[in-house]
Amino acid sequence: MSGQTMAEKILSHAAGKNVSPGEFIIANVDLVFAHDGTALLAIDVMKEELKREKIFDKNKVVFIIDHAAPSPAVGMSIVHKTMRAFAKKHGIRIYDVGNGICHQILPENGHIKPGMVVIGADSHTVTHGAFGAFATGVGSTDAAIAMVTGKIWLRVPETLKIVVDGEKKPWIMGKDIILHIIGSLGSDGANYMAVEFHGKVIKELSIDSRMTLTNMVVEMGAKAGLIPVDEKTIEWLKPRVSGELKKIVPDSDTKYYETLHYDITDLEPQVAVPPNVDNVKSISEVEGLEIDQVFIGSCTNGRFEDFYIAAKILKGKRIAPNVRCIAIPASKRVYGEILKSGIANILLEAGCVIGPPTCGPCVGAHMGILGPGEIAVSTSNRNFPGRMGDRTSKVYLVSPATAAASAVKGKLSDPRDFF
Amino acid sequence: MLEMVIRGRVWKFGDNVNTDNIIPGRYKFKTQNLNELVQYVLIDLNPEFAKKVKKGDIIVAGRNFGYGSSREHAPRLLKLAGVGAVVAKSFARIFFRNAINIGLPVIIAPEVYDKTDEGDIMEVNLEKGIIKNLSKNLTFKFKPYPREIMKIVLEGGVIEYYRKHGVFPWEESTK
Ligand code: SF4
Repeated sequence: MSGQTMAEKILSHAAGKNVSPGEFIIANVDLVFAHDGTALLAIDVMKEELKREKIFDKNKVVFIIDHAAPSPAVGMSIVHKTMRAFAKKHGIRIYDVGNGICHQILPENGHIKPGMVVIGADSHTVTHGAFGAFATGVGSTDAAIAMVTGKIWLRVPETLKIVVDGEKKPWIMGKDIILHIIGSLGSDGANYMAVEFHGKVIKELSIDSRMTLTNMVVEMGAKAGLIPVDEKTIEWLKPRVSGELKKIVPDSDTKYYETLHYDITDLEPQVAVPPNVDNVKSISEVEGLEIDQVFIGSCTNGRFEDFYIAAKILKGKRIAPNVRCIAIPASKRVYGEILKSGIANILLEAGCVIGPPTCGPCVGAHMGILGPGEIAVSTSNRNFPGRMGDRTSKVYLVSPATAAASAVKGKLSDPRDFF
Repeated sequence: MLEMVIRGRVWKFGDNVNTDNIIPGRYKFKTQNLNELVQYVLIDLNPEFAKKVKKGDIIVAGRNFGYGSSREHAPRLLKLAGVGAVVAKSFARIFFRNAINIGLPVIIAPEVYDKTDEGDIMEVNLEKGIIKNLSKNLTFKFKPYPREIMKIVLEGGVIEYYRKHGVFPWEESTK
């Protein structure tokens, strides 16, 4: 028998038997979570359709209020109220307004460990694969079922191995790498598959950047994105979690569905041009476009490193008069870090507005909704028509470096001019 | 219990029909009531669809049907509108699972799209893995669901299964 990929290893453990791709299994779930966009339907399914009263394990279910937080409308306030009442009744952990985005605060607060099966009622749950967990997004019915049974049916995915090598230039960020990969594979290029990231560049990447990579694998259809656990992972997790940290890596003789190689030495900063995330161009093909808004934040790029790079570009400069620049840290912790390090001040002096930790304009819920025909440059992960506001508004996805450079120049711009 | 054979008229849609196409956000965030939302299903791609779709009708689509958000409103609304099955070249993963869970048959059959026109009468046999285009006298094969999924699909979804048996397909019956 040949060795196992990371996904196969984790799922074998969760199913209590050796599994192989294509097989249907019932897996034990280590963490289930839902947020204010999906928890209500999950609660309804549990109560109205399943008529079940009990949570399988109150330590393994978490709610997060992050999508429209603090609440911008009475409708959302009702959702939040219902979530709080449910959490209280069942004794589950709820991260209320002000804590930040689910995909950032779960690892920060020690909920994620290598080897776990994480089920989230959010498509970007794949982010947690950066820590060697099998994490996948589901709908509210799956979430509700996992909440009451602690189990989920899964098809064991094939694993696509992506090897990233070359010399990473300082202006190239995790975002450019993943946009480039999505552009080459297409929006369904990894459909139903687990993606495993390998290579020199991945080893060198910070945890912040690794999370950007795994965050966006869903934009090429993947079920999970995994990064082998190394010293960096362990070091990051150690102060946050209790208990043993498994060093989840693939076996050395593993067979993959396919292995793809990328060399990013000469990669230019990348831009995902609307209307699809896989419509990826190099900055030199699209620079100069007039813009109205810049957003630096989201579960893709709202971490310390992202603001650090943005601040490097914005230091001592002013954002162009024709744009507004919205910076939103992904968590309370990130917020604290940018305050302490002086980054927040640099952003404010440059003319940015800093919002409380939340999803913010990423999903068009509040705090920066685009008007008709407006164009945004955003560090988030989706550019579907109307994603950030009016149907006729447009979103260009970029790295924080490209976003900051664009804010200064008032048009879509190449960050290399600032390095 | 779901019919093993689904028969209806074909509605055709292209590649990358996303969850926002199925139910645009400008309606979705006004009300969460499915019965109110169903009149808008697929409205941006075909304004006539919601008005004219009949029970059992079949959607034939291209690549990556249902991509985007994990919200379940999309498959729930198609089912509520009367759609009997969706036959596509491929599906986005989360949509596929949500559809199975709520009992909307979703079938991967890449050859069907190019040989089928809107309005054709089509018959899908879930158990045998056969699609017949009765208007054109064509037969296509697809891989039937694995046993575990078939069990869920034939009961009309995982929730229906649970309602009927009091346990999930993987739980021991203790009742
Ligand atoms: S930041 Fe955007 S993509 Fe991330 S969880 Fe929030 S809404 Fe979803």
